[in-house]
Amino acid sequence: MRLTMNVEKSFGPFSLMADFTVNEERLGVFGVSGSGKSTLVGMLAGLQEPDRGDIFLDDQCLFSSSHKINLRPEQRRIAMVFQQHALFPHLNVRKNLLYGFNRCPPKQRTIRMETLVETLGLEGLLHRSVTNLSGGERQRVALGRAILANPRLLLMDEPLSALDDSLRFQIIPYLRSVSERFGIPYLFISHSVVEMRLMTETLLLFEQGRMVEQTTSEQLARHRMGCSPAGYINLLRLHHMTRRDGMCSYRWAGGELLLSASNRDTESGLFELSSKDIILFKKHPEAISARNLLECSVIGLFESGTKLGVELQCGEGVLVAEIVPEAANELEIRVGSRVHAACKASAFRRLASVDRKT
Amino acid sequence: MIPLSPTDYDAIRLSLQVATAATLLSLPLGVAAAYLITFVKFRGKILLEVLVNLPLTLPPVVVGYFLLLLLGKQGWLGSLLNDAGIRIIFTLKAAVIASAVVGFPLLIRSIRVGMEGIDPQLINASRTLGAGRLDTLVTVILPLSVPGLVAGSSLMFARSLGEFGATIIVAGNIPGVTQTIPLAIYEYAASPTSEKMALSLCLVSVLISAGVLFLHETMAKKIKRKG
Repeated sequence: MRLTMNVEKSFGPFSLMADFTVNEERLGVFGVSGSGKSTLVGMLAGLQEPDRGDIFLDDQCLFSSSHKINLRPEQRRIAMVFQQHALFPHLNVRKNLLYGFNRCPPKQRTIRMETLVETLGLEGLLHRSVTNLSGGERQRVALGRAILANPRLLLMDEPLSALDDSLRFQIIPYLRSVSERFGIPYLFISHSVVEMRLMTETLLLFEQGRMVEQTTSEQLARHRMGCSPAGYINLLRLHHMTRRDGMCSYRWAGGELLLSASNRDTESGLFELSSKDIILFKKHPEAISARNLLECSVIGLFESGTKLGVELQCGEGVLVAEIVPEAANELEIRVGSRVHAACKASAFRRLASVDRKT
Repeated sequence: MIPLSPTDYDAIRLSLQVATAATLLSLPLGVAAAYLITFVKFRGKILLEVLVNLPLTLPPVVVGYFLLLLLGKQGWLGSLLNDAGIRIIFTLKAAVIASAVVGFPLLIRSIRVGMEGIDPQLINASRTLGAGRLDTLVTVILPLSVPGLVAGSSLMFARSLGEFGATIIVAGNIPGVTQTIPLAIYEYAASPTSEKMALSLCLVSVLISAGVLFLHETMAKKIKRKG
């Protein structure tokens, strides 16, 4: 997907300006609320009209103020997944799913209903009323409805913000895999760094109605480490849980990790570990209360605010720890040095458990 | 049993006829006007709002008088229709038009409340899924406005049953032709010997109105349960 936007729009004291060209199958738009993300998406979908500028998608002009072109939303083939699912309450699940499909020219219908229903696990819900669905089911139906419209671009406008944490991370694999499986490029809008990292590599950063820079989600997370109270969030995929000494032992790319017993129901899943919860030792500490001690080598250092991020290679896995520059001097940490990283069993937080079948 | 004369039966039939025709005639217009006011941005929207609501605040007699000016033989529209061989004034058509104009604000208000209650994201969703404006109106807006449509129609129907001021001016009070229940009661009330007859028709009027309201409540409950 090649997307070019050079647009301006103002209402009241707020004005939005964006000028970029991207060539990505997955693109993120990141910014706090009020930064203009939703306005940008609205203009791309044709729901809001820019004051001036041009919008091109893959060589087709969607909007041009100088050429007086403004394709209507239904002519753009850009489907949307909304914050609040926006399912039609008067139609059942099946009719909701088929709404866009039935309006798509037969020649462009490449995705079949049966395949999609199976991918999203909606088999049992087809004849249910959408008012009787859970939050996660609703968002899956909304995603399915958008995909079945066979769009050439999918816009996801904070699709997870209305869901609680455990559901959010269960929906993310669907969002990503469905659009990858059916070959639909997407634009993912969010104000959550973790969501961004799970959904896209490249992103556009918006602040107060201005596009500040084009960056990567990893860069963004590292950049924000120093000022974020949560630090940098390491995302770890852990699997093959076994019980040991009243704790849960998991396999990770970087070795074995011990987590607290409260995770005993999770066979495998996605966990987060803050950079603040990792302590570095220059030499092997003889005795330590933290249950996890990993030997690793420093493969990178980066500054973020007043902190120093230390990128660690532990086996096949990579972790980011944060320390203050004085500590780096004392420990003589530089690229290539060997350190021991310690973290408590209780420092890990489960984001989503992964179903054994998938 | 309520004692009723043949002209009373005519009046009841005419009342129902006028109310039904006025409501059915106004529905498409009401939907169109409510849609314009709720969803479309255009210059002079406030003028349209004032115009459709005016009959609510004007005395019905004034509305009737304006209609008479417009539709009378010398009137701007009346003379055109007269040339085409269509006579409106002092016919049932005039009674229908009078009821339609007077009841229109009630209809449009209810439809608007229904339409304004629709989540705008549903309309946006429909558009991005490939539906044009008309398609969205028919498949999303109208089905979700049904409670408003039902409420507006029953209000308008009930109002039309009671229409008097505008009707008597443009349609007159001709028994069997334009004499509806209120006009018949008016005539009975004017003569000192017909008190009983007037009372019978009043009773019929109460029964019909109560029936309409009862039907409205039942339908509203049914729709609510379904939603």
